[in-house]
Amino acid sequence: MKILVLISKAPDTTTKISFTDGDTKFNDQGVQFVVNPYDEWYALVRALELKEANGGSVTILTVGDATNDPVIRKALAIGADGAVRIDAQPDDAYQVAYQIAEYAKDQNYDLILGGKETIDYNGGQVPGMVASLLNLPFVSNASKLDMSGNTATMERDIQGGVELVEVDTPFVLSAAKGMAEQRIPNMRGIMAARSKPLQVVPAAAVDGLTSVSSYELPPAKAEVRIVDADNPEELIDLLHNEAKMI
Amino acid sequence: MATSDRFQAHDFYLMDELLSEEHRLIRESARAWIKKDVSPIIEDYAQRAEFPKQILPGLGEIGAFGPYIPTEYGGSGLDNIAYGLIMQELERCDSGVRSTASVQSSLVMYPIWKYGNEEQRQKYLPKLATGEMMGCFGLTEPDYGSNPGGMITNFKDEGDYYLLNGAKMWISNSPFADIAVVWAKNEAGRIHGLIVERGMEGFSTPETHGKWSLRASATGELVFDNVKVPKANLLPNKSGLGAPLGCLDSARYGIAWGAIGAAMDCYDSAVRYSKERIQFDKPIGAFQLIQKKLAEMLTEITKAQMLTWRLGVLKNEGRATTAQISMAKRNNVEMALNIAREARQIHGGMGITGEYPIMRHMMNLESVVTYEGTHDIHLLILGFDITGIPAFK
Ligand SMILES: Cc1cc2nc3c(=O)[nH]c(=O)nc-3n(C[C@H](O)[C@H](O)[C@H](O)COP(=O)(O)OP(=O)(O)OC[C@H]3O[C@@H](n4cnc5c(N)ncnc54)[C@H](O)[C@@H]3O)c2cc1C
Repeated sequence: MKILVLISKAPDTTTKISFTDGDTKFNDQGVQFVVNPYDEWYALVRALELKEANGGSVTILTVGDATNDPVIRKALAIGADGAVRIDAQPDDAYQVAYQIAEYAKDQNYDLILGGKETIDYNGGQVPGMVASLLNLPFVSNASKLDMSGNTATMERDIQGGVELVEVDTPFVLSAAKGMAEQRIPNMRGIMAARSKPLQVVPAAAVDGLTSVSSYELPPAKAEVRIVDADNPEELIDLLHNEAKMI
Repeated sequence: MATSDRFQAHDFYLMDELLSEEHRLIRESARAWIKKDVSPIIEDYAQRAEFPKQILPGLGEIGAFGPYIPTEYGGSGLDNIAYGLIMQELERCDSGVRSTASVQSSLVMYPIWKYGNEEQRQKYLPKLATGEMMGCFGLTEPDYGSNPGGMITNFKDEGDYYLLNGAKMWISNSPFADIAVVWAKNEAGRIHGLIVERGMEGFSTPETHGKWSLRASATGELVFDNVKVPKANLLPNKSGLGAPLGCLDSARYGIAWGAIGAAMDCYDSAVRYSKERIQFDKPIGAFQLIQKKLAEMLTEITKAQMLTWRLGVLKNEGRATTAQISMAKRNNVEMALNIAREARQIHGGMGITGEYPIMRHMMNLESVVTYEGTHDIHLLILGFDITGIPAFK
């Protein structure tokens, strides 16, 4: 089975977020980037498990400049066989999906896996667009994936239950929590990653379809009031008179 | 008891920019493993004074055993900065965990690699690198601590084997180690290293109980009562007091990094606590006296980070001297102890409980300031370097 996993970097969750250029750009000065958790913990690890069970290969693909190389190296250390970086600045979902589809169209992947979203912009659009551009079926938010021959069975968490989906390869999927467990790179993996191939591919010519007019930080968190569990009257009073919610 | 680990590293002078991408990956992976497998259990094991043996394979996997040993012997072939970073992550969690890795790497694998022959390297190093085999290092004796050259443990050439007699004390990992690198005098009074294996007749390893420090690390004695050691177990390529002291240079270097980890953990907890704890209607971090403590802690950590990184570069170039290593070990352990004490005060009463790692670090560091050359002995090493006059006796 030939598997492609889409990987992107995302700021570490402890990052202090700020913006530059009149609030139109994320300020990445001093920011620690990690592999987007949905890509790493779920998509990549499940792809590796399928490869370990059925044979084949796992390639990771990132759209971005050389500042992505550390997250690529980490994904290789976790166990991917090789990496592709398309040397384009990711602007919007369509432009990124187009780059991926252009590369993937004649590679005959059985399975293209991405995360359900990145934890920074939370767009969640790229895998669906890749599927559309490649004319492949797309399953979003899958929390379980099993393969039997060329047929995949997936579970999707839906309101109040689970949806079971079946699809034949090739297809595109976006992974949600639950699909696999985090794998921490071990020293053997880190050393092996040194000599794994990282192919840098020039960008295809395409423009994004959207642009960001500005970013805003959420309002500061309101103060927390702790009410003693033995004193529900105080809670009712606060909700009624202060918060005016009841 | 604390089972969650909210640690965030502190890098005030952007020292990370001096590290390679691989260094950072090694450190992040070690930290992730620690947070997942060790932090949740360490307080419990320390309180019960037990070594968590189940972490040994994991320590092997993250490369904590012999990171700088060449890959042909099962090591990772990494540089000294990578070694330091791993020690820092381990000691950030617990000095006892770091001690186990230090001993295995610098005091067991290092002498077998540097002073052993090819057969010994092939026989022991790959298993030591995975943690399948564990080792300990016997230098200190009941009557010879700071003055190991006076040791009584000795061996006689009996033709087919060496006959080993004597006793070692304060030996980390001894209660469960499979092998011991033992320093003993031959009939001519010259110090040699011998590999003694568990199961050899007359060899026992009683555990030392009642420690208030390094409680999650096992410490014990090594007792040799007419132990017949095969001649093939003598380390042939170096003898004299310089041989064990060479191992100590490598271990002390790792401790210099490790102590920064313990200091960072105390500081990190103190910063968080001072923002969360409200007294007089304000977070205590709003008071100048608390801010002074925090500012001084961060200053000392940052100075130690710079000193130690530079030492790592010198060590990579083969230029780090014993005296330079002494300075870093001594400075950083004292720095960590002071920070642990200040951080304990910031945590108020909570600081003495197992809810926070502070008191455990503080007690651990009381061993770290004594082993691998006491705080004062390092002054004498520096004093000797400065004046050319040894003041040891
Ligand atoms: C938890 C733990 C683990 C250990 N693990 C190991 C191990 O794995 N292997 C091993 O071989 N050893 C180990 N040690 C032993 C350690 O290295 C010794 O404790 C240390 O070298 C000090 O020796 P000592 O305890 O005999 O103290 P002493 O040498 O008796 O020192 C007592 C005091 O006298 C001072 N002093 C001594 N000589 C002088 C001098 N010339 N001038 C001024 N002051 C002096 C010292 O600085 C100290 O303050 C361990 C110790 C501990 C506590």
